[in-house]
Amino acid sequence: MVHTSLDVVDEKISAMGKALVDQRELYLGLLYPTEDHKVYGYVTNSKVKFVMVVDSSNTALRDNEIRSMFRKLHSSYTDVMCNPFYNPGDRIQSRAFDSMVTSMMVQVC
Amino acid sequence: MEGLTLSDAEQKYYSDLFSYCDIESTKKVAANGRVLELFRAAQLPNDVVLQIMELCGATRLGYFGRSQFYIALKLVAVAQSGFPLRVESINTVKDLPLPRFVASKNEQESRHAASYSSDSENQGSYSGVIPPPPGRGQVKKGSVSHDTVQPRTSTDQQEPASPVVSPQQSPPTSPHTWRKHSRHPSGGNSERPLAGPGPFWSPFGEAQSGSAAADAVWSGHSPPPPPPQETWVSFADTPPTSTLLTMHPASVQDQTTVRTVASATTANEIRRQSSSYDDPWKITDEQRQYYVNQFKTIQPDLNGFIPGSAAKEFFTKSKLPILELSHIWELSDFDKDGALTLDEFCAAFHLVVARKNGYDLPEKLPESLMPKLIDLEDSADVGDQPGEVGYSGSPAEAPPSKSPSMPSLNQTWPELNQSSEQWETFSERSSSSQTLTQFDSNIAPADPDTAIVHPVPIRMTPSKIHMQEMELKRTGSDHTNPTSPLLVKPSDLSEESKINSSVKFASGNTVADGYSSSDSFTSDPEQIGNNVTHQRSHSGTSPDNTAPPPPPPRPQPSHSRSSSLDMNRTFAVTTGQQQAGVVAHPPAVPPRPQPSQAPGPVVHRPVDADGLITHTSTSPQQIPEQPNFADFSQFEVFAASNVNEEQDDEAEKHPEVLPVEKASDSASSLRVAKTDSKIEEKTAASVPANVSKGTTPLAPPPKPVRRRLKSEDELKPEVDEHTQKTGVLAAVLASQPSIPRSVGKDKKAIQASIRRNKETNTVLARLNSELQQQLKDVLEERISLEVQLEQLRPFSHL
Repeated sequence: MVHTSLDVVDEKISAMGKALVDQRELYLGLLYPTEDHKVYGYVTNSKVKFVMVVDSSNTALRDNEIRSMFRKLHSSYTDVMCNPFYNPGDRIQSRAFDSMVTSMMVQVC
Repeated sequence: MEGLTLSDAEQKYYSDLFSYCDIESTKKVAANGRVLELFRAAQLPNDVVLQIMELCGATRLGYFGRSQFYIALKLVAVAQSGFPLRVESINTVKDLPLPRFVASKNEQESRHAASYSSDSENQGSYSGVIPPPPGRGQVKKGSVSHDTVQPRTSTDQQEPASPVVSPQQSPPTSPHTWRKHSRHPSGGNSERPLAGPGPFWSPFGEAQSGSAAADAVWSGHSPPPPPPQETWVSFADTPPTSTLLTMHPASVQDQTTVRTVASATTANEIRRQSSSYDDPWKITDEQRQYYVNQFKTIQPDLNGFIPGSAAKEFFTKSKLPILELSHIWELSDFDKDGALTLDEFCAAFHLVVARKNGYDLPEKLPESLMPKLIDLEDSADVGDQPGEVGYSGSPAEAPPSKSPSMPSLNQTWPELNQSSEQWETFSERSSSSQTLTQFDSNIAPADPDTAIVHPVPIRMTPSKIHMQEMELKRTGSDHTNPTSPLLVKPSDLSEESKINSSVKFASGNTVADGYSSSDSFTSDPEQIGNNVTHQRSHSGTSPDNTAPPPPPPRPQPSHSRSSSLDMNRTFAVTTGQQQAGVVAHPPAVPPRPQPSQAPGPVVHRPVDADGLITHTSTSPQQIPEQPNFADFSQFEVFAASNVNEEQDDEAEKHPEVLPVEKASDSASSLRVAKTDSKIEEKTAASVPANVSKGTTPLAPPPKPVRRRLKSEDELKPEVDEHTQKTGVLAAVLASQPSIPRSVGKDKKAIQASIRRNKETNTVLARLNSELQQQLKDVLEERISLEVQLEQLRPFSHL
């Protein structure tokens, strides 16, 4: 499912010349019939993609919430990138990053 | 002789002994007398002593240099441990206990011995993370730590590890050591053990020259237990030993420098480690000095930054795992700019030392390590940039330029520098820098990006060009026909934001403008005002500056007039001409009745045309009556309408502006309702306010409210805007003529007012036609937007 969402993201990237930063798509029902996940995509200016999968049983998160979550995610990601010891492509092991992500998830759920 | 590697404890001990023996305070030579005495105290057979002396080269040299002394001490320890005395044994024997000198002629010796032994015990307890405590736990050759430190120092020249390795107190031990020391009345080195290592380091740094201070310190307090770190010693692995040996007092100076560097590195580490625990995480002065020196080696400018890559190399030398280094970086890079200021660097260094000493890294930066906000004293005015866009890899070592535009928050200079660096370095930060810039300069409403910053939500981001256009228009209109501004205006309108609130402001502004120019003004000012207000609305905050924060659009009809107006500042245009009768509205933006009228009809397309006409027709009628008065009232009304609420009250205030057509009002209000909520509010409010001016204000308000909900689905901000704008324009124009009410009794005034009215009429008529045009355009846009909305609808709401 993540791969299909990535495909959609790529498609959107090529489609939109601008407004890359705030892309989102919903896959409601597209995934397994039993599971309704919404997949949100977000692309940064450097083509780094964030994919967020949300369980639809969660009263649908408002778009704004998703956007703010992506913004926070983006911000934390840049903080992680600041670290010269971090090699792009590695698994992110930053504790601050993880804590931010966790707090975000908790807040939503 | 081979190099001598000493553990930290050993080094401390030896140094202390050396200082003890250095009665001549030469720091280079141990008095033979004392040395011999010491050796005898070691309870070694004389022949062994002689052998030791021979081995260490003292006999060759004729005196005990520091290196010789150390070697001798080591040999004593070896002998005392029962190992055969050999040159190789100096370094090969691991876990050698400190030489014991029984005949403690010197209180120091015994003390030292005692302290050392106790220290070693402590050490043992701490060995913990650091290389597993050797069996004895006392002297850790620290081969492991050697390695860690080695890389770091290897770059520096070799340093005589042994002397250099100042007692790196393992943090855990330091407290203990400290206590122990305190027990001993040694010289009262009140400094914490951390300090001990610190100064100790420096002496070592001076290498064999042995700084007096260090010695003093050294002797002052019993040497802290040898830190588990033998990192320093490891540096010795590189041929420091040879250096040590070859070092003669004479040549010590040279090497001292070298060693200083090297030792500095190690010392730093050691110091850091120890100091990091003392309080815990507190950096002692010596350590700090060391860190600063290290910083200088990388970045000569103390106020500059160390780029991430350089810092990475530097800290990689410490041989900590990348993950830990990464964590240390996260902790210490306070402003997240990918570069380390002096403070950040010291903190990072400190953490590395601590880690090497076995202390776990904290989850968040300890307070004592936080980059002091006022540390570098450089007029910190940069606001902290929280999570600025990240580092792109080569943070500029940019000169510590403080972004001048930065608002002077209480940020440290480093923060400032880094922030400014960020802005300079990373393009991504441009927006933020702009934002920051805007913080300070509320003055420049022109900056579209400031929209983010400005509190006014409504703010649009009018392009500067647009604003300039507006400005030009204003100036132009002053002298030329109003049509030009009008023409420009429609275009502006179309470009402008889709934000409802801004529209509101725009209309408000336009009205205000219209009003201001009431007196001797023709439609020009109105238009100009409209334009200006339009812009103002977009500019957002600037207009707000004059008016009280919330919405009330700046009523200043004539920018030139209203000093408080940002527009005046911004545009620096249009002076006087438009001033007319409109008094500079006090911050409480007087609502613009006109806009309300205008938007109302404009909003509703089908009826708009009619509405406009009616409004315009009526407004002029109404307006002429009380130009001055009306202005205010209208403005007030507008303000009220903007607020969405109290229109009623406002309306009441303007008795004269009785809306002729209540019907038209209703119609307009209805139309308003159709538009976006905000616009509706405004227009509706204004419409009823204007029209009724005191008539049943209650009626209109509910209508807009109701309508607003309905129109929520419609996304036609642009359309609304346009309609509003046109409406506003019309309103303004309409109001204008009315303003110059010929209150004056004298003929001249009357004639003048008549003339003005006529002019206004013509202008209004022209405006009307143009607005009609705009209306059509807007309608088209609306249709297109509706279509888009429908397309997006399935996805927009969940």
